[in-house]
Amino acid sequence: MASSDTKTARTDETQDRSAGLEAGLDALETSAATRTPFSETARTKILPPLVATAVVLVIWQALISFDIVTDPTKLPSPGDVAAEFKDAWLEGKLLGYIWTSVERGLLGFLLALAIGTPLGLIVARVKFVRAAIGPVLSGLQSLPSVAWVPPAVLWLGLNNSMMYAVILLGAVPSIANGLVSGIDQVPPLFLRAGRTMGATGWKGAWHIVLPAALPGYLAGLKQGWAFSWRSLMAAEIIASSPDLGIGLGALLENGRNASSMPMIFEAIFLILFVGIAVDLLIFSPLERRVLRSRGLLVKG
Amino acid sequence: MATAVAKAEQAESVEYAARIEHVSKSFAGPAGQQLVLDDITLDVAPGEFVTLLGASGCGKSTLLNLVAGLDDPSAGSIKTDGRPALMFQEHALFPWLTAGKNIELALKLGGVPKNDRRDRAEELLELVRLKGSYGKRVHELSGGMRQRVALARALAQESRLLLMDEPFAALDAITRDVLHDELTRIWAETGLSVLFVTHNVREAVRLAQRVILLSSRPGRIAREWTVDIPQPRRIEDAPVAELSLEITDQLRGEIRRHGQQ
Repeated sequence: MASSDTKTARTDETQDRSAGLEAGLDALETSAATRTPFSETARTKILPPLVATAVVLVIWQALISFDIVTDPTKLPSPGDVAAEFKDAWLEGKLLGYIWTSVERGLLGFLLALAIGTPLGLIVARVKFVRAAIGPVLSGLQSLPSVAWVPPAVLWLGLNNSMMYAVILLGAVPSIANGLVSGIDQVPPLFLRAGRTMGATGWKGAWHIVLPAALPGYLAGLKQGWAFSWRSLMAAEIIASSPDLGIGLGALLENGRNASSMPMIFEAIFLILFVGIAVDLLIFSPLERRVLRSRGLLVKG
Repeated sequence: MATAVAKAEQAESVEYAARIEHVSKSFAGPAGQQLVLDDITLDVAPGEFVTLLGASGCGKSTLLNLVAGLDDPSAGSIKTDGRPALMFQEHALFPWLTAGKNIELALKLGGVPKNDRRDRAEELLELVRLKGSYGKRVHELSGGMRQRVALARALAQESRLLLMDEPFAALDAITRDVLHDELTRIWAETGLSVLFVTHNVREAVRLAQRVILLSSRPGRIAREWTVDIPQPRRIEDAPVAELSLEITDQLRGEIRRHGQQ
């Protein structure tokens, strides 16, 4: 009796002791996450690129003002380029130029997504397919997509299908490769943990492999968009035709034909702007969200 | 479904949680086939806590993988009462899910209906004293908390046998002591069988009813001890220290043999 009493007493004592200790340890070892205030975001993230842009504009204006570059057909002044933007805006064409290209680019990218994702899955999971087309798929990434324009024109003619074909040939390999490397980098520990829980075959792919591969897949998407956009610009510059409407690439080509440096600058700025905007508005927030939720985003 | 199967097996009253009979395992190495485990025979009784102890190269993790069904033995047979749950040295929690959702995934794969999962997950979190951590991300938890969530996830599988592969080796000493207390408490509350692999002699004695010492290269059962020190023990208790000393001497003897060869 006495011994069992002591034993119960000791059990209770142990439980109290460890419960209290545990709560203390948990409190000591976890730190509360704080949100960065907007003023700091503004200072560290928004201000620097604004300063950099201002510096470039100042140097550019200085090159003109101090007569270092005197030929306006080589380097137009910032004012001339701004006037070009203003004219296009007043004529109501500016948004048209942008939309023609952005619509093609996004639609092409979505098509590339629909083809590249299953392709990447098959290459990653089926050994024979991987051995057969894996190397070609990574090799295709280093082929400049402009190389696809001449064959695409001959195959499909000067039309929108040809543009989409060029986008697909440029973006599908990136997206597929991103997914393949994402899947390759899934830690084997996750697969073993999944298998002991009964996640094998399709269940394993759905619950373990795909979510674990998501960061690599997103990186592939980001690169896929960059490739889509570049391919499209190459296609628009080379294959301009009145039936196709004037997108940003065609605008650039028109500028060259008219020997109008301000128009060329306008087109280049717009191409850059769209590329950066899509990345900043869609891909970067998506990637940050995924990485942050996994604790993979270290505050620098 | 899986719960129903587990219950049916229970009704048959299996007299073991794991039965390992004459198991050998060899891997292809640079010098041909290398024998890692040699003729291991071992029973884990229902509700029993057994530790496998050995220096590196004794194949203790290999044996655990075989029992978990992650690999097949080269010879011999392994039977378990249902599919065992496995806990690793690394927490192996999925970082894309919250603590609660990690547990729910195990419940889902085990066939627990959707409506019951949330409550069951909260219960399990309470069992490992992490009430209120349901929505926490893995990276927001400390090392000790992660291993407790991993334990809760393993318990969610409703297995009769819990396999643990050095689960506390990466933790600091204070946290490890606390988790020893927790594991002893949960083992007593749930009536689980546990097969626990470690290279830490005191940990083995602190936790187990039976300690099994494996020799290295190839792994063979060198000796076994029954630990009848009453639970809850503390790692500092004199009887724990005394038995640890005896086992450590034997373990060192096993290791020395390799230096002489």
